[in-house]
Amino acid sequence: MITINGKTLTLSAPKTLGAYLDENNYRRTYIAVEKNGEILPKSEYDTTYLNDGDKIEIVSFVGGG
Amino acid sequence: MQNNDKLILGGHEFTSRFILGSGKFSLDLVKACVEKAEAQIITLAVRRANEGGLANILDYIPDTVTLLPNTSGARNAEEAVRIAKLSRELGCGNFVKVEIMRDSKYLLPDNQETIRATEMLAKDGFIVMPYMYPDLNVARDLENAGAACIMPLGAPIGSNKGLCTKEFIQILIDEMNLPIIVDAGIGRPSQACEAMEMGAAAIMANTAVATAGNVELMAEAFKKAIEAGRSAYLAGLGRTLERGASASSPLTGFLQD
Repeated sequence: MITINGKTLTLSAPKTLGAYLDENNYRRTYIAVEKNGEILPKSEYDTTYLNDGDKIEIVSFVGGG
Repeated sequence: MQNNDKLILGGHEFTSRFILGSGKFSLDLVKACVEKAEAQIITLAVRRANEGGLANILDYIPDTVTLLPNTSGARNAEEAVRIAKLSRELGCGNFVKVEIMRDSKYLLPDNQETIRATEMLAKDGFIVMPYMYPDLNVARDLENAGAACIMPLGAPIGSNKGLCTKEFIQILIDEMNLPIIVDAGIGRPSQACEAMEMGAAAIMANTAVATAGNVELMAEAFKKAIEAGRSAYLAGLGRTLERGASASSPLTGFLQD
């Protein structure tokens, strides 16, 4: 089981984070990703596989004061 | 306004002294407000991203504007550092406005955690702009921790109540060498102008603009008020008479004799 932005999912086949982002139409220029508490550089999105137990946070800027 | 009158933060120079918050706006109004405000610094927040390629606020902010991510949502120094690092990874520079709150009713900043976060982030190369409750001892600690400015609150966030902490902000202005930027609570252009007359280096406003009847016009009104207050401060205010009056017109040459 993998947790992404608080939601859990189970993968039937191995998948990279990059593939997950593309499938869900995330715009890579506008996001930052944290994997298990560590920031994941953009250059590693396509080589990083989602593993059981991973906690992923995908963030972007929103309006704020 | 004098061209050589610059606001300097972390070695970066700004001619605008109006820091505009981007919360509570519809995205299409953000761009218009930035332009009317002539703001050069805009605050943003970091949140979980939406799926589906929706519009991002960065699409609506001109490239020339410096982005100032805040650490809203942080309840302690460690959470603020985490949010700041994510915001830097978003690729928009190394400015950060530290705001740390444990209290959800009044949203008052936790000064002690703010000092800790400021020290950690300054050591990591951030230009740190800490939001704080106006207290001279804390301001000095923030300076020692590496803050680029001090951002005291005028009143609780989003309250539009104005300069409730006026006397204590004045102490910070008088005693600190860092720029004092009044953040939070400013509700009217006249209050922004008053803070600038007192010697504040800049004003941060969001709710006052975002909840106005005409947000673009209010953005412009704040810009003018902040510029007027700055000019008044640089000019030096005229003196006050404790008693009586002092004629402005000559006291000779009256027509009645």
